[in-house]
Amino acid sequence: MSAVLEVTGLTVDIPVPTGDLHAVRGIDFSVNKGETLCIVGESGCGKSLTSLSIMGLLPKRAKINAAKMEFTGTDLLSLNERELAAIRGNRMAMIFQEPMTSLNPAYTIGNQLMEPYLRHKKSSDKEARERAIYLLERVGITAAASRLSQYPHQLSGGLRQRVMIAMALMCDPELIIADEPTTALDVTIQAQILHLLAELRKEFNSALILITHDLGVVARVADKVAVMYAGKIVEAGSVSEIFNQPLHPYTQGLIDCIPVPGKTARGSRLGSIPGIVPTLIGDIKGCSFRNRCGFAHDACEMKDPFHTLSPGRGYRCTLDVSTCEANAKELVSA
Amino acid sequence: MTTTIANRGLPAAEDIVGPTPGQQLRRRIFGHRGLMIGGGILVIIFLMALSAPFLAPHDPYFQELLARVKPPVWTTGDWKHVLGTDQLGRDYLSRIMYGAQISLLIGFAAAFISGVIGTTLGVAAGYFGGRVDMVVTFLITVRLSMPVVLVALAVVALIGGSLTVVISVLGLLLWDRYAVVMRSATMQIRQMDYVAAAKAVGCSTPRILLTEIMPNIMNNLIVVATLEMAHAILLEAALSFLGMGVQPPLPSWGLMVSEGKDYILFEAWMITIPGVALFLLVLAINLVGDGIRDVTAPENRN
Amino acid sequence: MLVYTLKRLLLALLVAMTVSAITFSLTYLAGDPAIAMAGETASDADIEYIEKLYGFDRPIVVQYFEWALNAFQGDFGQSFYFRIPVADLLLERLPVSMTLGVSAISFAILLSIPLGVLAAMRPNSLLDRLALGISVVGQAMPSFWFALVLIVMFAVWYPVFPTTGSETWLHFVLPTIVLGYYATPAIMRLTRTGMLEVLGSDYIRTARAKGLPQHVILFKHALRNAVIPVVSLAAVQFGFMLGGSIVIESIFALHGAGYLAWESIGRNDLPVVQAVVLVFSLFYIVLTFLSDLLNAWLDPRIRVG
Repeated sequence: MSAVLEVTGLTVDIPVPTGDLHAVRGIDFSVNKGETLCIVGESGCGKSLTSLSIMGLLPKRAKINAAKMEFTGTDLLSLNERELAAIRGNRMAMIFQEPMTSLNPAYTIGNQLMEPYLRHKKSSDKEARERAIYLLERVGITAAASRLSQYPHQLSGGLRQRVMIAMALMCDPELIIADEPTTALDVTIQAQILHLLAELRKEFNSALILITHDLGVVARVADKVAVMYAGKIVEAGSVSEIFNQPLHPYTQGLIDCIPVPGKTARGSRLGSIPGIVPTLIGDIKGCSFRNRCGFAHDACEMKDPFHTLSPGRGYRCTLDVSTCEANAKELVSA
Repeated sequence: MTTTIANRGLPAAEDIVGPTPGQQLRRRIFGHRGLMIGGGILVIIFLMALSAPFLAPHDPYFQELLARVKPPVWTTGDWKHVLGTDQLGRDYLSRIMYGAQISLLIGFAAAFISGVIGTTLGVAAGYFGGRVDMVVTFLITVRLSMPVVLVALAVVALIGGSLTVVISVLGLLLWDRYAVVMRSATMQIRQMDYVAAAKAVGCSTPRILLTEIMPNIMNNLIVVATLEMAHAILLEAALSFLGMGVQPPLPSWGLMVSEGKDYILFEAWMITIPGVALFLLVLAINLVGDGIRDVTAPENRN
Repeated sequence: MLVYTLKRLLLALLVAMTVSAITFSLTYLAGDPAIAMAGETASDADIEYIEKLYGFDRPIVVQYFEWALNAFQGDFGQSFYFRIPVADLLLERLPVSMTLGVSAISFAILLSIPLGVLAAMRPNSLLDRLALGISVVGQAMPSFWFALVLIVMFAVWYPVFPTTGSETWLHFVLPTIVLGYYATPAIMRLTRTGMLEVLGSDYIRTARAKGLPQHVILFKHALRNAVIPVVSLAAVQFGFMLGGSIVIESIFALHGAGYLAWESIGRNDLPVVQAVVLVFSLFYIVLTFLSDLLNAWLDPRIRVG
C-alpha cells in the first residue's frame, strides 16, 4: 500500500499580538489509498488548521513548516500557488463544515459543480454536465438534471452538503479531506451523510481524512485514528485499538464520555474531563494535558515522550505502557 | 474524576490577566491615530470659536476701507492682519474665528434636530415593525428622493435666509441617515434575549426602549451624529456660497469663499483660507466619527 | 420576479405622488403666491386678477391634482420670468445636466471600484492607505471649494480646460472630476468592505479549494457578490449628484437644469424651481427602481424566490 499523503513534523504558527500562536506543534500522520483516517479532538486543538494547511488554504500570515509533507510523492510545501491550484479540487478535494455558506449564492449548482471539472480536465461542457448529473444521482439527489439550474438558497443544508460531496468527487480525487462535514446538520441527516461518505470512499477507492470531534463518527467510518490535543497527536492507532485499548488519559477520558447502550446504567453519571485547554501562545514545556489529567505527576511538567508501539500505533505520555494498559482495561471493563 | 486537579504550571488563556475593559478602551482611544488627530483639530477649532470674543485681533464686522484685500503675513502682508483682509477691509483672521462659531452652531443644532426626528422614526420602525416600519421606510424613501441642496435652496430663498432658517431647514432635511441606521440597529437589538427577558418580566415599552434599546444603539447614534454634523456644515457652506444660506455680513466660511471668488485669479488665498478651515473642521469631525466607530465596536472595523 | 417588480413599481408611484405633493406645497411656503407674483406694490385688484388667472382661488387639493396631472403629462406651466413653457426650458437644459451626471458617476465608478477592490485585496498596504486617503479627503472637501481650486489650477496656472460654458466636451472635464469625486468615497468604501467580507467568506474558500485561478476567484466569485450593494449605492449617488449639480453648474456656468434652478430661485420663478425639483426627484425614483431590478437580477435569492 502506498501512502497518498505522508506528513511528519507539521507545525502551524499564527502570529497574534501577544506572540506566536503555536496551533499545530509537530504532528505526524499518513493515509493510504482506500483508507479513512479520522483526526479527533476538541475545538481549538488544531485539527482544522491541519487540514487547511494540507490544502494550502491557510492565510498567508500563518507559517507552515514540516519535515515532510508529501502528496503521492510530491512535496506540497515546495509548490507555488499555481502548481498547488492544479492539484486542489483535482487530485485532492475538500468538504467543509458549513454547507449553508460554502456555496456561492450567485451561481447555480450546475455552474459550481462543473467548474473544477472544466478547469482541471479541460472537458467540454457536455461532459462536465453529464459528470455532474451522474454524481448528483450518486450522492442521492433526485431529479439531478433539473437541480443543476437551481441556486444554493433553494436547497436544504443536507442537500447542499451532498452537493459539496459531489463537487469534491468531480475530478475523482486521490485524497478527500472532510472537515466536520456533519456538524452543522440535523442528527438524522448526519447519519445519512456519513454513510454516504463511507460508501463513496469505498467506491472511488480514494483516501479520506475525516476531521471530527465526535467519537461516534469515528467508530462508524474510521480505519485509523489520530487523537489531537493542544496541537499535538496524543494517541494514534487503528480504530479497534483506540476503542478497545485507549492508552492516553485524554483518549480514555473521551471514551468515558460516550454512553454505551445496554452498558451504561440508566441514571449513572457519564465521564467528563475537568479543566480547560491551555493557551497555545508561547511555548509549552512538558505535557499540555497535565492540568486536566488524573494521573499527572512531576515528570509531566518536564516532558511528554511519544511511545511508538508498532508502525501507526503509539501514544504520548510519561506513563509506561503497562500502566496505561491497566488503566484502559479498567475503563473498558467498567 | 471531578476532583480539582493541580494546574501544574500550565498557563491557561484565562490565567493571563488582561487589562480591564476601561483600560482597553483608553488604550484603543489613545492608540487610534485618526481619533487623536481629528480630536486635536476639533478641540483647537472649538477653542478658537469660544475664545473669538476675547482673542480675535479685530472686530469681524469693522470695515477698514483703506486696507482692502490685504494679503496674509506670509506673502506680502503685515502682522496687523495676520490672515489679510477681505474685499471690505475686514480682518480675515477675526472673521475665520467668528465663522467657526457659525459652523459649529449649525453643525450641532442641525445634527441635534435631525437626530431627534431620525432617531424617533428609526427606533419606532425598528422596535414596532409592521405598519410603523412600512410608514417610516416610505418616509425615508420620499425624503431620499428629494434633492437636498435644491430643496434647501428653494425653501431658504422662499422664507428668507437667516441662521435660524438654515438650521431648521437642514435639521428637517438631514434625518434620513439617522432613521436608516437607528432602524436597523434597533431591529438587531430587539431580537436579543435580554429584550425578551425584559418583556417577560413585564417591563413597559417606554422602559424597554430607554433602558434596553437606547444604551445599545448609542454608539451608532453618536457616529451618525458626527457624520450629519459634518454634512450640515458642508451644506450650510454650500448654501451660503450660493447666496441662499447665512446672509452677509455674518462671517460664514462658505460666504467668505463666495465673496473671495471674484479675486481667485490673483488673490487665491482669499478662497484658500476659509476653504482649508472648512476642510479641516469637516475632516476632524469625520475622523472623530470613524474613530468612535472603531473604538466602540472594534469587531466591526474593516 | 414579476410580483417583486409590481410591488416595487407601486412603491415608486406612491413615492412619486408624495414627492409631487411636497413639491407643490412649495408654492404656498412663501405665503400667498399671488402676492409674490404680483409684487409687493400690487393693488388688490391686480392680486385678484392673478388669483383668477392662475386659479389660486380654488381649493388647494384641486389645484394640486391639476398641477400634478399636467406635470405627469409634461406640462409644468409657464415660467414667470421667461414667459415660455417650463417644459421647453427643461428640454433645453436637462441634456447638459444628464451629460454631467452620467460622466461624473462613470468617473466615480471607474475610480472607486478598482481602487476599492485593490484595497480589499491587500488590506493595510500602501495602496489601501492611498485609497483611504482619497476617500477621507473627498468626504471633507467642500465641492464648491474644490471646483474653485481646480479653476485656479487648470484655468489660471495651467490653462488646459475652459472653466465656463458647456459647448465642448472639454467644458465637462473639470465639473465631472468635482462631481465624480464627491461620490467616490462612499462607493469606494462600500466596495472595499463588501469585497473584504466576500473574500473572507466560506464560498471563496470553496472556490480556492477547487483549485480555481486567482482571477476567476476574484472576478467571478467575489466581485459579483460584492458589487450587489454597490449597484444600489451608485444609483443613490447618481440621484444625489443631480441634486449637487446645482452647485457645480453654477460655478462652471454649465447651462444645465441645476443652473436653471439656481437662477430661477433668485428670480422667484417658482414653476421652474418646482419642475426641476420634481424632475430630479422622479429621476431618482426611476433610478432606484431600476437599480432594485438590476439587484434582483444579480442576486438569485431575490430573483428566484
